Amino acid sequence: MDSIALLLAATLNAGTVLAFAALGLLINERSGIVNLGAEGMMLVAAIAGFAVGVHHGDVMGFAAGALAGAVMAAAFGVLVIYLNTNQYASGLALSLFGSGFSAFVGIAFTQEKLPERMHFSIPGLADIPLIGPALFRHHPMVYIAVVLTVALAWFLYRSRAGLVLRAVGESPESAHALGYPVRRIRMLAVVVGGALCGLSGAYISLVYTPLWVEGMVAGKGWIALALTTFATWRPARVLLGAYLFGGVTMLQFHLQGEGVQIPSQFLTMLPYVATIVVLVLISRNKSFIRINMPASIGKPFFPGS
Amino acid sequence: MLKLESRPEQSRLMSIGSPLLALLITVVVGVILFALLGKDPVRGLYVFFVEPLKSVYALTELAVKATPLLLIALGLALCFRSNVWNIGAEGQYVLGAIFASGVAMNADKSTGGWIVILVLAAAVVGGMLWAAIVALLRDRFNANEILVSLMLVYVADQLLSYLVYGPWKDPAGYNFPQTITFLKSTQMPRLFTGFRVNGGVIIALLAVAAFWVLLFRTYAGFQLQVGGLAPAAARYAGFSSRRALWTALLLSGAMAGLAGGLEIAGPLGQLTPYVPAGYGFAAIIVAYVGRLHPVGIVFSSILMSMFYIGGELAQSRLGLPKALTGVFQGLLLFALLACDTLIYYRIRWKAARAPAAKTPVISTEKKVA
Repeated sequence: MDSIALLLAATLNAGTVLAFAALGLLINERSGIVNLGAEGMMLVAAIAGFAVGVHHGDVMGFAAGALAGAVMAAAFGVLVIYLNTNQYASGLALSLFGSGFSAFVGIAFTQEKLPERMHFSIPGLADIPLIGPALFRHHPMVYIAVVLTVALAWFLYRSRAGLVLRAVGESPESAHALGYPVRRIRMLAVVVGGALCGLSGAYISLVYTPLWVEGMVAGKGWIALALTTFATWRPARVLLGAYLFGGVTMLQFHLQGEGVQIPSQFLTMLPYVATIVVLVLISRNKSFIRINMPASIGKPFFPGS
Repeated sequence: MLKLESRPEQSRLMSIGSPLLALLITVVVGVILFALLGKDPVRGLYVFFVEPLKSVYALTELAVKATPLLLIALGLALCFRSNVWNIGAEGQYVLGAIFASGVAMNADKSTGGWIVILVLAAAVVGGMLWAAIVALLRDRFNANEILVSLMLVYVADQLLSYLVYGPWKDPAGYNFPQTITFLKSTQMPRLFTGFRVNGGVIIALLAVAAFWVLLFRTYAGFQLQVGGLAPAAARYAGFSSRRALWTALLLSGAMAGLAGGLEIAGPLGQLTPYVPAGYGFAAIIVAYVGRLHPVGIVFSSILMSMFYIGGELAQSRLGLPKALTGVFQGLLLFALLACDTLIYYRIRWKAARAPAAKTPVISTEKKVA
């Protein structure tokens, strides 16, 4: 029983990493922008969060991570939105820059350790057998991810601003004709999305792994990108998908613990292979994807050209 | 207020000027970065841009590092021109190295030098197979090639790790995760004694010519590029987008695999966990900086090779982390993309107009569940 509780707890933990990033990317993509720079933003946010978190605690660490993600996203946004560059190439540039920059800055922090970790638990609930250790002894960010998902779903489907955001993503021309500042809205979406990717990166270095290792994001940014497609651009499904993938990631350690006779490398492959399998399953039906995908995704919008 | 105004025609001048401008921006940022780190910027620039060119030995080392970049970038240029986003060349490169090693480790003392051809052929097959997975999943299941090719990089890295820690580990290697050092017969002949540069450079230059012909002098190359520039036009003309997808991915996979094989049959000489050196990702930058043109890529691969060597020198001479290379690589691509705007637009000074009064047009909110 204990091992099930542990696996569940670890799944929530790993899922939270993916949830923040994928929710951020969801906001981007709902406005019509694909940011392939998620991996790079998360890496820079991870080192920024860690560097600040070492001396100033978790809250400042997360703030630094979000800021780092937002700043990088803003640079990307200026390029693709105001200079009309190719979104894929620009996102790649961001990822390449991020992995180099984080490794460069991070050298000074490879030996650092975070101060003694606080143990969180929700009074009362945390003592329930099985469920308590599985669900109610997590870092506050785990619960914030859930709240954020609900808030984002409300925003997208129940608020006027969310409607405008979706309109921009579906048809920037129409939104522009109606007088909405398409480029400013997209920029805002990109920066907010970057900040959320930043929170995800900071979560990795402050809570999930708690230390700094070069390249520690290890493809989670790309998996988060795949998640938005998997979730057909819906917040609740993004969260579920994140936990599902979190579970797959954690399964490898669980299986290793159980003494399964598979070389560890094949277990490490699991989340990546699972991503491919899931992409294949979800993309198979072309029209299903087309119906759900924001129509202007990946396409530049340049008024007056 | 500065405004972008679209040019009636693409600027040819800027399409060549933009990479130079981007390089200048990267250098300026580099100078600032050196100054911030308390290092002499002149010495920093010297290490990156002069030392890699200073001696015959340095020049040959430059060629050693430029070769894989050049080979991979040629394939990627073809891909990007066809609007196929293969960004997993790193994985195809690793598979090339693995397949090449699989052949090379079977050589014994009596094996002749012909085995090099087999080693390289295996590498090409390995790279193509890995890229074929991407093509198959895209073609058959519509799976996004960016994500699939990238995920396969991580899978390839784990496969490599499994082999060198497991079945392929050198039994007499003091438990180091590496294969045996491959016999001399499996290695590409060197061009000059005393230098590491080998026949791979000649293969790479022949590939440049081959890609130039393919892109600009064959009907197949024309079809690929039309498909990339104007998918609708290509469809009306009856050009198969499926064939374009397969051609682009298989060719780029083959090139990345070949690059991996040449590393095994050259500078590395054995399979280790350090085979993935980021060449597959750096080659993306090389392809863009070289304007997706085979001849341009020759120059950009040399430039990127200077970044690699400069990074290593900066580590040994200036005590800076080697990761500096990655910073400059990323900066260069970022600056290039920004500068490329000038190919399509020109900057004009315009007096700011008074913004038109905003009148909300939608008054009733649609309820969408």
